[in-house]
Amino acid sequence: MKCIFKKPESMTDNKTIYCPGCHHGIIHRLVAEVIDELDIADKAIGVAPVGCSVLAYDYIDVDFAEAAHGRAPAMATGIKLPQPDKVVFTYQGDGDLASIGAAEILHLANRGYNITTIFVNNAIYGMTGGQMAPTTLEGQKTATSPMGREIDIHGYPMRVSEILTKTPGAAYIARGAVYDPANVNKTKKMIKKAFKNQIEGKGFSMVEVLSTCPTNWGMSPLDAQEWLKDNMVPYYPLGVKKDIDEE
Amino acid sequence: MGKRVLMKGNEAMGEAAIRAGCEAYFGYPITPQSELTAYMSKKMIEEDRVFVQAESEVAAINMVYGAGAAGKRTMTSSSSPGVSLKQEGISYIAGARVPAVIINVQRGGPGLGNIAPAQGDYFQSTRGGGNGDYRLISLAPNSVQEMADFVMDAFELADKYRVPAIIVADGMLGQMMEPVEFRDPVDVNSLPQKDWALNGKEGREQNVVHSLSLGGTGLMEHNEKLKKVYDKIEENEVKYDEMETEDAEIVIVSYGSASRACIGAVRQLREENKKVGLIRPQTLWPYPYDIVSKRAESAKKILVVEMSLGQMIDDVKIAAEGKADIDFLGKAGGWVPTKREILDKVNELL
Repeated sequence: MKCIFKKPESMTDNKTIYCPGCHHGIIHRLVAEVIDELDIADKAIGVAPVGCSVLAYDYIDVDFAEAAHGRAPAMATGIKLPQPDKVVFTYQGDGDLASIGAAEILHLANRGYNITTIFVNNAIYGMTGGQMAPTTLEGQKTATSPMGREIDIHGYPMRVSEILTKTPGAAYIARGAVYDPANVNKTKKMIKKAFKNQIEGKGFSMVEVLSTCPTNWGMSPLDAQEWLKDNMVPYYPLGVKKDIDEE
Repeated sequence: MGKRVLMKGNEAMGEAAIRAGCEAYFGYPITPQSELTAYMSKKMIEEDRVFVQAESEVAAINMVYGAGAAGKRTMTSSSSPGVSLKQEGISYIAGARVPAVIINVQRGGPGLGNIAPAQGDYFQSTRGGGNGDYRLISLAPNSVQEMADFVMDAFELADKYRVPAIIVADGMLGQMMEPVEFRDPVDVNSLPQKDWALNGKEGREQNVVHSLSLGGTGLMEHNEKLKKVYDKIEENEVKYDEMETEDAEIVIVSYGSASRACIGAVRQLREENKKVGLIRPQTLWPYPYDIVSKRAESAKKILVVEMSLGQMIDDVKIAAEGKADIDFLGKAGGWVPTKREILDKVNELL
């Protein structure tokens, strides 16, 4: 019998703790598929900071570090620089990367170190119970914006990918989504490119992936997919934002 | 051992770190330790090792966490307000059992305080400093020679126990020049392999460096394991220096820069045939409780001299258990007690 579809080698058999309809599982799988395809499981080191994906090491079967909230880019720097032959990646959420870790990601991108970042943006803090993030959309109701995000009070939803394109050290910045098969395939290509860039020494690469959070958005998984498509994608447009190979 | 050279304390600590095999240094400017970062910025690059001037002390300590997790000897340095910023990272490092060396060239506080020498971070260094139940191996030099020696010791101890070590220095020690003789460099390739480190899982199972432990009794068991390591350190690594304590009626307890004025005072008082001695803790944690307890029995009084409003005095009280009267001479806000002040205080007590 011919095997036509199987679990990536770099994924463990553990059941994830993620809520039904959450996109972390799909994004984890894409990372694991890329690790397999590039044959880098033996030299890959992941860094997952505080957030829902802090237990990523239970699911992606490579060496892993658990970082403090927002500090994955700094920790990855410490791991990568003394052993530049390893493939080091961070896997961060939007509360983590865009808020408390804004300084660390900006400086990592600006230094242009050969590190890959997977940035999962679901416009909310998931693990702590659905509070407003820098990425929360205008009018979006959360535990800490019960009347909906007001720009006058909370400022504008932050487009981190667009900001990071301005740093000369960033080699590749792209935004994908995984709400349908076509986008899953596109996002996987982005992630593969972001890892290949590191192997080829091209500099910092980041893929932002828009994700649902049905539990904290208060929606069914299917409604959350539609909400992401109708509300997040217009504000956070998909596509490659910067690619030094295309310049 | 090499030849004696005249060197600033901050630079001597940098040189000692390089000789200890520090493969990655992460710093951030702050007075009065900036010469150390500057020294490393040149020497580490010359040695083809990692130097990064981080975007903040917070980032620097988390880079240390990363390099330590990768199994590399690694260090950061700062002064009091900067060390406060590092506490989150230090707590993670302690929880994840990653060896690392932190240098604190203390200055006056609280807040921005001033840039003069102080010992106001004793509690922070010896009681953990960040969140949770943990300890740092706290080494307190009182000369440029000891700064060099203790930095090399700190790397050894951190690796041996997988516990972070901190050098509790101060602005006076950091800024002054003294002759120093360095130990021979360590060959990092000769050090024991760290089979827990993150180097890629080739030929083995996945390694994870973490401090999170959700649910069940996992964290309790982890903390109890840490406690056993701390017990071993308390048993084996206490270090202190004693001077004229055998027959002393008054025993001074002092460390770091403050102890230098005490040494001068003890010498002069002995010339005057006054029975005064000094205990100088070189490790602040583990604290030399036993010797302080012993001298509390033989002496009439203990005088604690600190560049703070009284922090180490708590440990002296714990050790003395009420067996001797304990007096205090402290100067806070960036002032070093003078020999004259110590002489006056001892004469008042005699």
